[in-house]
Amino acid sequence: MLTTQETNDTCFDSDFAKGDENAGETYYESIRRGGYSRRDFLKFATFMTAFMGLENTAIGRVARALETTPRLPIIWEHFQECTCCSESFIRSDHPIVADIILDKVSLDYTLTLMAASGHQAEAAKHATMEKHWGNYILCVEGSVPLGDNGNYCCIGGRSAIDILKESAAGAKAIIAWGSCATTGCVQAAKPNPTNAVPIHKVITDKTIVNVPGCPPIGEVMAGVIVHLVSMGRLPQLDNAGRPKAFYSKRVHDSCYRRPYFDAGLFAEKFDDENAKKGYCLYKLGCKGPSTYNACGNMRWNGGVSFPIQSGHGCIGCSANDFWDAGSFYTRDQSIQAPGGIEATADTIGKVALGAVAGGIAAHVVAANITKKKELKAMKENGIDIEKELED
Amino acid sequence: MAERIVVDPITRIEGHLRAEVEISDGTIKEAFLSSTMVRGLENIVKGRNPKDVWAFVQRTCGVCTASHAITSIRAVEDALDITIPPNAELVRNLMLGSLYLHDHVVHFYHLHAFDWVDVVNGLSADPVKTSQLAQSISHWPKSSPGYFSDLQRRLKKFVDSGQLGIFANGYWGHPAMKLPPEANLMATAHYLEALEWQKEIVKIHAIFGGKNPHPNFLVGGMACAINMDDASGLNAERLAFVKQLLVQGKEFVEQVYIPDVLAIAGFYKDWAHIGGFHNFMAFGDYPMMGYHNPDRLNTFKMPPGVILNRDLSRVHDLDFTHVDTVAEYVNNSWYDYTGDGNAGRQPWEGETLINYTGPKPPYDYLDVSQKYSFIKTPRWKGQPMEVGPLSRVLMGYALGKPEFKEVVDKALAHLNLPLTALFSTLGRTAARALETQLVADWNLEFYDKLMDNIRDGDTRMANMEKWSPTTWPAEAKGVGMLEAPRGGLSHWIVIKDKKVANYQQVVPSTWNASPRDPKGERSPYESTLLGTPVADPELPLEIIRTIHSFDPCIACAVHLYDESGSIIKEINDISVCL
Repeated sequence: MLTTQETNDTCFDSDFAKGDENAGETYYESIRRGGYSRRDFLKFATFMTAFMGLENTAIGRVARALETTPRLPIIWEHFQECTCCSESFIRSDHPIVADIILDKVSLDYTLTLMAASGHQAEAAKHATMEKHWGNYILCVEGSVPLGDNGNYCCIGGRSAIDILKESAAGAKAIIAWGSCATTGCVQAAKPNPTNAVPIHKVITDKTIVNVPGCPPIGEVMAGVIVHLVSMGRLPQLDNAGRPKAFYSKRVHDSCYRRPYFDAGLFAEKFDDENAKKGYCLYKLGCKGPSTYNACGNMRWNGGVSFPIQSGHGCIGCSANDFWDAGSFYTRDQSIQAPGGIEATADTIGKVALGAVAGGIAAHVVAANITKKKELKAMKENGIDIEKELED
Repeated sequence: MAERIVVDPITRIEGHLRAEVEISDGTIKEAFLSSTMVRGLENIVKGRNPKDVWAFVQRTCGVCTASHAITSIRAVEDALDITIPPNAELVRNLMLGSLYLHDHVVHFYHLHAFDWVDVVNGLSADPVKTSQLAQSISHWPKSSPGYFSDLQRRLKKFVDSGQLGIFANGYWGHPAMKLPPEANLMATAHYLEALEWQKEIVKIHAIFGGKNPHPNFLVGGMACAINMDDASGLNAERLAFVKQLLVQGKEFVEQVYIPDVLAIAGFYKDWAHIGGFHNFMAFGDYPMMGYHNPDRLNTFKMPPGVILNRDLSRVHDLDFTHVDTVAEYVNNSWYDYTGDGNAGRQPWEGETLINYTGPKPPYDYLDVSQKYSFIKTPRWKGQPMEVGPLSRVLMGYALGKPEFKEVVDKALAHLNLPLTALFSTLGRTAARALETQLVADWNLEFYDKLMDNIRDGDTRMANMEKWSPTTWPAEAKGVGMLEAPRGGLSHWIVIKDKKVANYQQVVPSTWNASPRDPKGERSPYESTLLGTPVADPELPLEIIRTIHSFDPCIACAVHLYDESGSIIKEINDISVCL
């Protein structure tokens, strides 16, 4: 016997999503695959129609709806933010967002795009929460201020802390968009006047997919959503909760100017001859050597460019606490490695320099260094190159 | 008996905005607008390197991304007396110009259209008639009956699924929705097309600034070096790409945005009498002879000025940095001033100490007899001002600039409306479209000028003479002004000992959305809602129409800075973070 409970349970570890190419398997397909006939399906639709108190003429409509229903419900919260994450999301080139929101997911609540305001907006969110409790995706843009008991960010008369806890409780999965939600970003920079914190400081009992960047690349955001929809499960995450597909390499590792770095060719000033030749921007403060992001290989806005290609160093916007790591124009920073796990950028920088000199693949080095001997050799090499750079 | 209606969250805006309005006899009698979120950026940039500040304050807003960055850089360059190369000026113009195209189109279709367009009603449209309608107003090629019937089918499937997504609980079937089904279907098609189009125009920011949102800028010029002989620099391929994007952008504006606005406006002429303000201010922008040229009236594409009491016969001098011109008040905002809390502060002398005294959440109503917003109240010579597209267009028109007169007169003739119709919700929305048309043309001028310079051998993009802080004076102050898409934006900086000593942002939505001043005078949002008819108090459609016509940017509007890094308030409870 098929129960409502079962059909609603579009759980991630099931393979519900392997039917129709992108939209995911529908209830109808799921029922057919389970050995039930179309007749059984229509019976179920009739039952649902009666259950919902609709007239018989609505049966066909309900059946059709069920055939097309499994678009994944999404609640997208907005707290202390500048909305750049939403803006980046709609820039996604592949897939384009019009297709995502019409065909792939059901974006049931987002202050930026939804038609309804006020009570109607909140009602739409609560309808989704009730109907899909345990099954919706929560996306969070913005940090949460803990200062003054949460009074620094209220929506509909409720504090962001309160709202986040409620939305998270019924979420199947939680995505933290951008540096605000993953690290606190600019409002958490010193002196952090509102005591802004990333969402993992408030939600401690659930896995959070961290998608840092100010903002993240649009295609990365769309990619994470598409992964959830088409694979039916979370992407592989590193120990900082970031999808490995997009955050396992440093910008430096995939930078097309890397050969200039290796050859010791640097721009000394903006707009100087070396800058015009596209030499490495390390001396002008580029944080590519300590920043994990996909900018170098995916690039931005449909692959058009990325900061270094357009002549400005990486400011490290997907790194922890990058706002407080000194000027964007001085090198030798001490940015904490993302996730706070490995080492300071200094070490990484030197290690990377050593890696080049030692002919060892840099990403291996950056990913996990355990062999002390190698490390020592690489450090020494790195210090040598550092010295050369100082001159 | 007046009924108090709360609209919170107001959606399809940037930031967090709340409206509490009193309605009786089907009309708005009183309105209070409040922003309920604060971050404290001005406090955060204190003590930092002035060359870095643009990146911090750029994060004020990711929608009008670039606006705050350029303004900040102008403030620093003003303080340090840096003149940037003409190419950098043109590139900044191109970035601001392409931002206008992006921001205004996205505002109209994605933030404002659902106030006027009934998506669900479009399901009953006749695709053939929709095609005829589309072809009667524009040459835009996507206009066949098959195109519209395909879209209709897709929408029908979407609606039938029962999962309405962003369309859930929209104001479909509301009596104030006036478009015929065919116009609704056409506008919905353009909603989706605009969503796809907008990701193209921002590629200009990616080319010059490396990414969008939040492209990179540089004190002294731009970082994107020109090198016609290298794959890394701005070369012929990159520049040709920019040209193509500008042309495509202009096509969409001329063939889709403008015709749609005019077609939709034709059904909503009653809104040409609702939602008007009386004072208008513009700072001017798009410098053609350098940002610091004193003759802004003639060398800026958009002229500066002030219009009082709708009197278009006289444009007042902006006189902006005079010590008595601009002042900010906190009498109704959740901040304190040391000394007289009711006195205004000139921004260079400003201070802000956050002190939230509103109700403890969860709450149903604000106490509007007390302070009620995180937005401060700026005044120009004591007067409230509307800033934004309407102010800019009125300024150009009142000063007799032919380009402005041409687009305005043509649109008014098309709609058969008098000049006074501009002072309205409809006028504000139309002015935004009309200035986009102007900027789309100017962009090509900026581009041609840039190409001329390069052809003539000038490839300078940055002036690095004052890059080193050793060249700076011990103390300096500056102001950066910009016509952001939402209106006049100014950043005020005080530099001491090579560091930021004070920093303040007086932003467009601060002028427009602020609470009332010590004299009890209303700012534009609160003023323009009065007298608006509301068909069903449960459904705030008419309220959000006027609010949206300003294109609110509330994260921008809320700002604080604070003397000597003083503690904002004791943090009483941090247990939630444990």
